[in-house]
Amino acid sequence: MLTSLILLLVLMILGAIVALESKDLLSGIISLGIIGFALTVIFIVLQAPDLAIVQIIVETLTLVILIAAVLKTTRKDTSEKTDTVKIILWITGLVCVIVFMLAAVKALQYLPEFGSAESLRMAKVYIDQGLALTGASNLVAAVILDFRGYDTLGEATVLFTSVVGIIAVLRTVGRKQS
Amino acid sequence: MKGMTLIVKQISQLMVPSIFLLGIYVILHGHLTPGGGFAGGILIAGCFVLLVLAYGSDEVKSEVRKWRASFSESLGIFMFWFLAVLGLVQGSYFFYNIIAKINPGHPGQLFSAGIIPLCNMAIGIEVAGALFAIFITLAVLKAGEKL
Repeated sequence: MLTSLILLLVLMILGAIVALESKDLLSGIISLGIIGFALTVIFIVLQAPDLAIVQIIVETLTLVILIAAVLKTTRKDTSEKTDTVKIILWITGLVCVIVFMLAAVKALQYLPEFGSAESLRMAKVYIDQGLALTGASNLVAAVILDFRGYDTLGEATVLFTSVVGIIAVLRTVGRKQS
Repeated sequence: MKGMTLIVKQISQLMVPSIFLLGIYVILHGHLTPGGGFAGGILIAGCFVLLVLAYGSDEVKSEVRKWRASFSESLGIFMFWFLAVLGLVQGSYFFYNIIAKINPGHPGQLFSAGIIPLCNMAIGIEVAGALFAIFITLAVLKAGEKL
């Protein structure tokens, strides 16, 4: 299982690099889809059907929306950077990667071993008493809407706020003709 | 946005009802089987997107007006807040599962688990409205048009 996970992660990283570097926006978006669909396969391999369903539907619809938006405007990547800006961006990226790697090496020591969630105190309570406490036979629904209801409310509010932001930024009514 | 060919129109005409039904099924059985409000809501938004892409935005515009994406989005999140505040009515805490305490129902049946299926419905309405509003704003609207 670990080998297939590593292969999928390498595929996702390659897809991300192609999406960043391609000059054609349409092929960039399609290679962005590699990340999402490989993530779906990873969720299936890790036996998380709830997440796999949500991931595959969200990925398909967002790809359709992005492709429709690109076909409506332009396919060319029009951003131009000078050499100084490129060097600064490279250095910033390298520093971020190194800091993240060091922090991850420190922090990942304290996580439980891969695939042994039963040793966590809260997860054990959810698995043992979730059905008795909530009455929902799908444990994921019991966790996200009962034990962790605040998180789901925050998530829904984030989606609402982002849509309000998109409509406010891209509104066409009342825009000045310049 | 212009519509597509006759083949695409006919196929989407056949597909849209079953996709819509699947979305409603996934939302209603969110507390029993994998899925839930997010997945079902996105399926429902996807079937509107399919209609707009196949038939063109001019043809579906009057139908889209009736559904009002931004309104259903606000309605969904308002329902979710209402269900959460409902727990405070009995003097309990926010998000208290008040219906399950009054009438627990049998686990595994459709009418069980109290407010969890109702929350799933609220999230489904909100997500469907949100995704469809994003699609209209990004890909369909021309200058000077209202959502």
